[in-house]
Parts: sequence; C-alpha cells; structure tokens
Amino acid sequence: MKTYEIIHREQIAERVKVFIVYAPLITKHCRPGQFLIVMVHENGERIPLTIADFDQERGVVEIVFQEVGKSTVQLGAMEAGECLHAMVGPLGHASEITGWKGVVAVGGGIGVAPVFPIARGCKQNGARVTSIIGARTSELLIYEKKMRAISDELIVCTDDGSYGRQAMVTEPLRELLETEEEIDLCVAIGPAIMMKSVAETTRPFGVKTVVSLNSIMIDGTGMCGGCRVSVGGETYFACVDGPEFDGHEVDFELLMARQGMYRDQEKDAADEPSHPCRIGLHPRKPA
Amino acid sequence: MTKKRSTRVPMRAQDPGARSKNFLEVNLGYTEEEALEEASRCLMCKGPQCVKGCPVGIDIPGFIGRIKEGKFNDAARLIKKRNSLPAVCGRVCPQEEQCEALCVVGKKGDPVGIGNLERFAADHEAGNPDGITLDMAPENGHKIAVIGAGPAGLTVASDLAMKGYRVTVFEALHKAGGVLAYGIPEFRLPKAIVQRELDYLTSLGVEIRCNILVGASVRIPELFADGYRAVFIGTGAGLPRFLDIPGENLNGVYSANEYLTRSNLMRAYDSEEADTPIAHGKRVAVFGGGNVAMDAARTALRLGGDEVHLFYRRSREEMPARKEEVHHADEEGILWQFLTAPLEFIGDEKGRLKALRSQRMELGEPDESGRRRPVPIEGGGFVTEIDTAIVAIGNDSNPILTRSMPEIDTNRWGNVVVEEPTGRTNCRGIFAGGDIVTGAATVILAAGAGRTAANAIHEYVQWITWGEDTRKLT
Ligand SMILES: Cc1cc2nc3c(=O)[nH]c(=O)nc-3n(C[C@H](O)[C@H](O)[C@H](O)COP(=O)(O)OP(=O)(O)OC[C@H]3O[C@@H](n4cnc5c(N)ncnc54)[C@H](O)[C@@H]3O)c2cc1C
Ligand SMILES: Cc1cc2nc3c(=O)[nH]c(=O)nc-3n(C[C@H](O)[C@H](O)[C@H](O)COP(=O)(O)OP(=O)(O)OC[C@H]3O[C@@H](n4cnc5c(N)ncnc54)[C@H](O)[C@@H]3O)c2cc1C
Ligand code: SF4
Ligand code: SF4
Ligand code: FES
Repeated sequence: MKTYEIIHREQIAERVKVFIVYAPLITKHCRPGQFLIVMVHENGERIPLTIADFDQERGVVEIVFQEVGKSTVQLGAMEAGECLHAMVGPLGHASEITGWKGVVAVGGGIGVAPVFPIARGCKQNGARVTSIIGARTSELLIYEKKMRAISDELIVCTDDGSYGRQAMVTEPLRELLETEEEIDLCVAIGPAIMMKSVAETTRPFGVKTVVSLNSIMIDGTGMCGGCRVSVGGETYFACVDGPEFDGHEVDFELLMARQGMYRDQEKDAADEPSHPCRIGLHPRKPA
Repeated sequence: MTKKRSTRVPMRAQDPGARSKNFLEVNLGYTEEEALEEASRCLMCKGPQCVKGCPVGIDIPGFIGRIKEGKFNDAARLIKKRNSLPAVCGRVCPQEEQCEALCVVGKKGDPVGIGNLERFAADHEAGNPDGITLDMAPENGHKIAVIGAGPAGLTVASDLAMKGYRVTVFEALHKAGGVLAYGIPEFRLPKAIVQRELDYLTSLGVEIRCNILVGASVRIPELFADGYRAVFIGTGAGLPRFLDIPGENLNGVYSANEYLTRSNLMRAYDSEEADTPIAHGKRVAVFGGGNVAMDAARTALRLGGDEVHLFYRRSREEMPARKEEVHHADEEGILWQFLTAPLEFIGDEKGRLKALRSQRMELGEPDESGRRRPVPIEGGGFVTEIDTAIVAIGNDSNPILTRSMPEIDTNRWGNVVVEEPTGRTNCRGIFAGGDIVTGAATVILAAGAGRTAANAIHEYVQWITWGEDTRKLT
C-alpha cells in the first residue's frame, strides 16, 4: 500500500463520504479529538478534517467529510486506490476522555463523525455515555450504528421528523440535564450555531461543555494565525491551542463571521458560469 | 588603465509601473559584461574588510577574482565552500549591513556590489553546468535527522551529506524551503531558485520528507530509536505576533505569515491554478518596518491594491528592512505612514474590516538609553478607510516541538538555548540553529548556524563526546 492511498471509499449520506486512508505514521500517535490536514492535489487547499476513527495495527485513518465547496468536492471525486497529495497530523490537542462519570455526546450533521471517537473513548474509560445525534433529515444522518454500539443510550433527532424524534438536539439535551444526576461533561460537535445553542442549554446547569471549533485554517501548525478564535476574551489559535475549547467561553459570533471570510470568493469558485452545478463540482484543468 | 567608476554598475530591474502588477522577479541580474565591470571595481584587498562583515566568511576577493578571470563557475564553487545557498543569499542578504558595509571602496563611492556578483556567479553556474562537483566523502553509514527544511536545516543537510552521512529532513509543510518557500515572495526570490537548491540536496542523497510535524507525527526519542545518531532542530520562528488592539480578529486582518503563505506557498496569487483564496484588498494597511512588512505591502499592491499604506512607529531611517526593498517599495508607490501607532480596527455589522484609527507620534526627549522614543502628538488621531490589514511586527517561536520534549532548554521567548559555537542543546545528541535559537533573523545567519552545527554534529558522531563523557564510536 502506498502512503496516503485511499483504501476504502463509501458514500454514507447525501454528499457525505467516508475514506479510509493508509497513513501509518499518523496513526501511531493519534488520539480522539485530533485532526488532519489533507490536500487533494499540488495546488489544492489544505483542508482540515477530524480523525473520525483510526486503526493503529492496520495503519489507517478514517475521515468523514461533507462536500460543501470546491475542495471537499474535489476530495469526494477521488477514487479508491488513488493517493492524496498530502496528509499531515495528528494535529491539535487530544480530548480529555478519562475521569468522567456521565457524558452526553451531541453530534449535529457531519459533526457526529468527530464526536464518535471521543464518545467511545469516554465509554472505554468508564463513563456512562448518552449520545444525541441529529440531522436536518433522515438522508443526512450518519454514524447511527457506530454511535449506538458505543452509547448506553442513543437519541436520534431530525429537524423534519423524517426519522427519530422531530426536534433540535438541544431539546432532549435539556430533558436529560433536568432528569439525570450524574452528567459531568457535554461534548458537542456540529455547525457553530448548534454548538452555541448546546452551550446555552448546558450553561444554567453548570455542566462542563466542550466544543470543537472548525475555524478556517491553512497550515494547522500555529504558523499563520488564520484560525484565531476568541475564548474567554482571549485570542487562541484553534489548530494548536484547540480545536476543543470551553463552549461557555467561546465567542461563537466571531467564529461564524470568520468562517464566512471567503464566502463570496468560494461562491465564485463553485458557480463558474460554464458549470450549472451549484455545489462546486469544478473539474481541474489538466496540468 | 581606465579609471574605475565610483558608482556601482546598476542592477537592471523591471519598470516599477509594470512590475507592481506582476509577480515576476524585480531584479534582472547582471550580464557577463556588467559582472566583469562591477568585479573590476574590487581592489582585491590583502586583508579584506568585507570578509569580516560576512557571517560565514566567504572569500570575497577570491570569488571576485575568479569572476574577473571569466571563471564564473569556479567563483560559484568557491562561494559554496562557505555558503550552500549563494543564489538565495546574493538576492536576500542585507548586504549593506554586512559585507558591503565594510568594503573599502565604499568609503569614496558605492561599495562593490558583492551580493549582485554572488548572485551572478550562482546563477551562471546553474545555467551553465560544467559537471564539476565538489568532493564528497564516502558514505559512512550514519543517519542524521534534520527537523525543518529552512535555510538552517538545508545547510546542515548538505554539509553532512558531503561528509558522507545519510540525512533525512523532516518538514511539516507540504513543500520544503521554510521561509524561502512560504514567506519571501516570487518577485524577490523565484521559487524555481529554491527548487534548484532542493534538487541539489536530493542529488547529494538527502531525503526530504514533507508533511511530517515532528512533535506530533513523530517524536525526537523515536528518531533516536530509529537509528538516527543526532538530531538538528531548525524549526524557525513561525508564530505570528499581533498588535493587541481592538478589532484584530475582524475579517480582513491578517498576520503577514498568513497573507504571504496564502500568496506564496498556496499560490493564491495565481487564482487560475490555485484553489486557496486571498483577499484582494483595494485599500490596505501593513504594520511593521522589516523585510516581512515590505514583502506583504508589495504583495498587496500586486494583488490589486489601489492604496497600500505602510504604518511604522518610528521613522524611515530606522526601518530594519533591506535598503533595496525600501527603495523598490518606494518606486512601486507604497504610501508611508511613519511615526504612527495603530489604535483600533473598526468593522462593519458583518464583522468585516472597514477602517483603522491611528495616532501620529513625534520623537520625544531622549530617555536614559539616549534613544528618542515616539510620543503621541496632541490632536494627532486620524482614521483611514481600509479593507485589508496585514500585521508584520515579528514572530515568536513555534511551541509544538519543544512542548513535545520539555527537557530541551528554552528561554523565556521559547527559543532553544544552545552552547556556542557548537549549537548543542542541553540534551545529548540534539543540536539547534537558525531562527529557533536567535529569534527571527536572516537567511545567512541561519545558514551559518547550520554550517557550525554540521561540523559539531560530525565531531559528535565520530567521537560521541558530550561534556565529560567521551567514547570513541566503534
Ligand atoms: C479542526 C477542523 C475539523 C474539521 N473536521 C471536519 C470533518 O471531519 N468533516 C467535514 O466535513 N468537515 C470538517 N471540517 C470543515 C472542513 O474543513 C470544511 O468543510 C472544508 O475546509 C471546506 O472546504 P471547501 O473548499 O470544500 O469549501 P469552501 O468552498 O471553502 O467553503 C464552503 C462553505 O463552507 C464554509 N467553510 C469553509 N471552511 C470552513 C471550515 N473550516 N469550517 C466550517 N465551514 C467552513 C465556507 O464559509 C463556505 O460557506 C473541519 C474543520 C476544522 C477546522
Ligand atoms: C516574509 C519574510 C521575508 C524575509 N526576508 C528576508 C531577507 O530579505 N533577507 C534575509 O536574510 N532574511 C529574510 N527573512 C528572514 C529569514 O527568512 C529567516 O531568518 C530564515 O528563513 C530562518 O531560517 P530557519 O531555517 O531558521 O527557519 P525557517 O526558514 O523558518 O524554516 C523552518 C522550517 O521548519 C518547519 N518546521 C517548523 N516546525 C516543525 C516541526 N515541528 N516539524 C517539522 N518541520 C517544522 C517549518 O515549516 C519551516 O519550513 C525573511 C523572513 C520572512 C518571514
Ligand atoms: S553571504 Fe551575504 S554577507 Fe556573505 S558575502 Fe554573500 S551577500 Fe555578503
Ligand atoms: S573590501 Fe571591497 S574592495 Fe576590498 S576585497 Fe572586499 S569587496 Fe573587494
Ligand atoms: S491554521 Fe495557521 S495557525 Fe492555525
């Protein structure tokens, strides 16, 4: 097997794909909560993606990504057997998975994938894990089986009620916080707006809430400062100081504003006039 | 004999109007005739002052003499005995503070254009290879690990390869070169030249492994366990500082590292080919007075800036940038805002940068150190409308590697502490050099530190001496 070779490729929901990639050096040190930077081709973007799973013996990492723009669409167009141009990691701090009694793991949309190894890690270390996963609609729900296997209890929500409970993830979360005694950690990963609502939900209960911030990144090594976030009034670099932070202290408005930095330009890249495709399928010119 | 000219043979350059809109190299280099004429200005001093100004002690009259004789490739080889990156240093060294500052010809006119001649010789050799290579020692079977592929690491690698070692360079980014690749723009240092240096290393048998962040992907103790005899840390000063004023996280405020990395490493200036976006600001403010600030400002101009202001808290004379860069920036139309201090970035309702509030300063009474410090001028506050800001006020050292191995001694700025002149850290078998030791400095100082460390590593591996402990390697 070649380094960075995609050895398995699978579509698991609309515009959501799973790759298993051979990268033995990366798996050696990786732990739940860390991420990678991936490049599709020489002049491509450096895309940060969470390590959704890994297998040290086989030397493989699993990434799950949603095709939202030019680079993730290019990534999704790669086939099994092809090699990524680059992959570096594991980056960022690992999650604190030991010492918890009761954990609620909340995953929204694509965020269910990165929450999985953290929830599993907490479970393996003796915590009771309740997971709440949500998506806009049933077709977009991912990782249900995997989450069920490692959770003491799993609650599924969809916005449109097409599967599970018709609710935002914060509804069952509030009920849990009201009824369960032993919850000492909430981990939430998903869109910024969801993480913000989760943090607001847990705040009155004083339950520690960890969120994973997906700011725009380039190097992922602390060199550029493009990933800056504000937490408790202080500026941090999400790639080296995070990606996890105390959800009660994060300035989510700033995060959302900064995520939109290149929205106009990304739209241009995705909406080339010759391509009716709205999701950024934009074949590269031959070199 | 004709009388020697007192002025330097000028370096031909692209016209300022044209070049401020393209990323092609500004300086065009000397022709053979120009190089011969400039070389003829050197007095071939017996006790050359210029050599004392060069941090790596290049035999300057020696190589200029070879140029005079028309033996251009010999000149290049003579330079390479001391400096493995002549095409780079000839372009980016702050010569006016180093070799050229001490040149005796400079007392009555322009000093000899040593940098220009160094560049000429190196480019000539690359363009006209004659197949003559420097002598390499036979392979000795020892493996050495170098962390960071900047000028320091690359110099260690080439020197040790020449001495017969098997060298592996580990680089975190997807491309090697360090600041030469991600920081210094194409119009000042074409990437083809950096590539040439990297190809040369590969031809010496050096293995460059990109996408490996040492401290995360692999740790130093594992390198030793893997059979590497010694480790050199050349990780540079890559942690950007910010101004610490309100509004600094607004969209449109960049560190110079981010801005230049997007443009250079990720090639965002070439939006046809590259996928990484960058702001094409119309009204840009750059903060700082060093080379990094000049590079950022001139890049902004080339990316379509109508007005590019450079804010510096002191006056023009005190800017630490190379004089040539300041001159080029001036010609290209950078707007200077000297003696000004930024106070606040102002944003719109969407969190986008729209203006800068700053304060004019004047030089006050000299303080105890005799230096006149800038003090605010009453009523000197003003607002500039801008859509992009680039902060280029310096870098600290990146903590990832040192955090993964806290035994390595660092000072309060996070720089690795080494023993001079060997570059030894407090940890056995681990050496360091370049910006990670000195803080942000220059290419030639990093390369020089690499050279000294390579010699010290050679001695260490042959004798395994570290302090009192001496054992001959079997
Ligand atoms: C630490 C970290 C871990 C991540 N893990 C995953 C993961 O496991 N799976 C996954 O699908 N995505 C993950 N992301 C987000 C992913 O990196 C982005 O979706 C991707 O970079 C978008 O690139 P693009 O060119 O396809 O889209 P673009 O064209 O760049 O952007 C499309 C839209 O997404 C927004 N966007 C751009 N970059 C980001 C970003 N970093 N985060 C959120 N929105 C962004 C843009 O503003 C735009 O609206 C992670 C991000 C970070 C920082
Ligand atoms: C924009 C800019 C313009 C400049 N202009 C000039 C000039 O005109 N003249 C001049 O003399 N000097 C100039 N300098 C300064 C000069 O470039 C630096 O002093 C020099 O590059 C330092 O060399 P270095 O080898 O110590 O580090 P760097 O060049 O910084 O290289 C360090 C390398 O190590 C890698 N790295 C870091 N951490 C790790 C890790 N944990 N694992 C693996 N790899 C790692 C980095 O990615 C990088 O590639 C400039 C600097 C900048 C930023
Ligand atoms: S390396 Fe720099 S200082 Fe030394 S001779 Fe060349 S230009 Fe001058
Ligand atoms: S000091 Fe000037 S004139 Fe003398 S050898 Fe050096 S470059 Fe030539
Ligand atoms: S991504 Fe560059 S510093 Fe975090």
